[in-house]
Amino acid sequence: MDAAGLSGRVMVRALEARPEAAEIWRWLDDVPDPEIPVLSVNDLGIIRAVEAAGDEVVVTVTPTYSGCPATAAIALSIEEALRRRGLTRVRVKSQISPAWTTDWISPAGREKLRAYGIAPPEGAACAGAALRNAPKTCPRCGSAHVEEVSRFGSTPCKASWRCGDCLEPFDYFKRF
Amino acid sequence: MNAGPLFELALRMGDNALILGQRVSAWCGHAPVLEEDIAMANVGLDLIGQAKLWLTLAGEVEGAGRDADALAFLRDSRDFRNVLLVEQPNGDYGRTLMRQFLFDAWHLPILKGLRQSGEARVADIAGKCAKEAAYHLDRSSDLVIRLGDGTAESRARMQAALDFLFPFVAEMTAADAIDDEIAAAGLGPRLADITREFSDTVAAVSAAATLALPSAPARTVAGPWRGKAGRHTEEFGRLLAEMQWMQRAYPGVSW
Repeated sequence: MDAAGLSGRVMVRALEARPEAAEIWRWLDDVPDPEIPVLSVNDLGIIRAVEAAGDEVVVTVTPTYSGCPATAAIALSIEEALRRRGLTRVRVKSQISPAWTTDWISPAGREKLRAYGIAPPEGAACAGAALRNAPKTCPRCGSAHVEEVSRFGSTPCKASWRCGDCLEPFDYFKRF
Repeated sequence: MNAGPLFELALRMGDNALILGQRVSAWCGHAPVLEEDIAMANVGLDLIGQAKLWLTLAGEVEGAGRDADALAFLRDSRDFRNVLLVEQPNGDYGRTLMRQFLFDAWHLPILKGLRQSGEARVADIAGKCAKEAAYHLDRSSDLVIRLGDGTAESRARMQAALDFLFPFVAEMTAADAIDDEIAAAGLGPRLADITREFSDTVAAVSAAATLALPSAPARTVAGPWRGKAGRHTEEFGRLLAEMQWMQRAYPGVSW
């Protein structure tokens, strides 16, 4: 996990008889994003905190897009995954500020996206509109000869692109 | 109905997003090309997600036990606070895109102003929504320019859309007593302060699209219709009927 991926996260010491927060974080590596299953919720950078509050574990999640239908499914799969590990009282809390950014996707997550056929976000979102929101290369053949088809794709986080060399269409995980 | 400026602000922002989200969702499965169909559905999703954030806040502030669903599905026309622009029927695709552009060009600066709100819950929601609105504006500007500066047919349709919709803009830039109350309470920007950015965007995109801005947007202000005061146009009732019928027919239904 890189420094940027950890920024903003709060780790709280777990009470005795409960797994360490660090261990719960590791368990979350096994919880996939329902729309892009090669990414875990940790790769996506949406887990903001894992805390013990009284006798329950509270996982704070930030939504990617306001209307993303995966948000509810993600909360459910986090609860299920932690219950399977033996935690009985789990609460998933939503936090919208600071707003999620693709800058929080881990370097490992970016590589997984590319291998899966989705071009990862280019550049830092904090750089703003000065930089074109476009993939550098085709995730299939590596060609830089790429063109936009649509600003949106099969999920809110993606745009549709096409490669001019291998002629394959592909998704771009847009910088946000 | 005036439960204080924070409630009114959350309703105004939430209703704008909800009603435009409902309108653009109607293109799902019907847009002229697949990519646009997907884009419209995604914009609609963003807006309905934003509406949920704002209407949840409105319900909390009101403290009468109404959640976002109760506010969306169980209010009548007079209690909706969206501006008239967003409730206008989709028309052809040109009118849908022009409506989206005019809204996005206004939505982004007001959200940027609301990020500075003295109320943290407003600033948090605005910070989230502003990122989405910026992307929407980027897309709708691009399409208005491409279609305006396109074929004779596409240009004529975009000009007709602008002529039809532009009068509805007046309400969005002219503050009423509640807008003044919102600004005085430090909850949001003065509309006068965001109008410059809105007007500059509309002027620049219209010029690049080779479209002529109609000259007299102020005339509808004098009329009886003002969405943010709950006085809506005829089509709004039909929109609500379609949006609300299920919760009305089967109260509390869930799936």
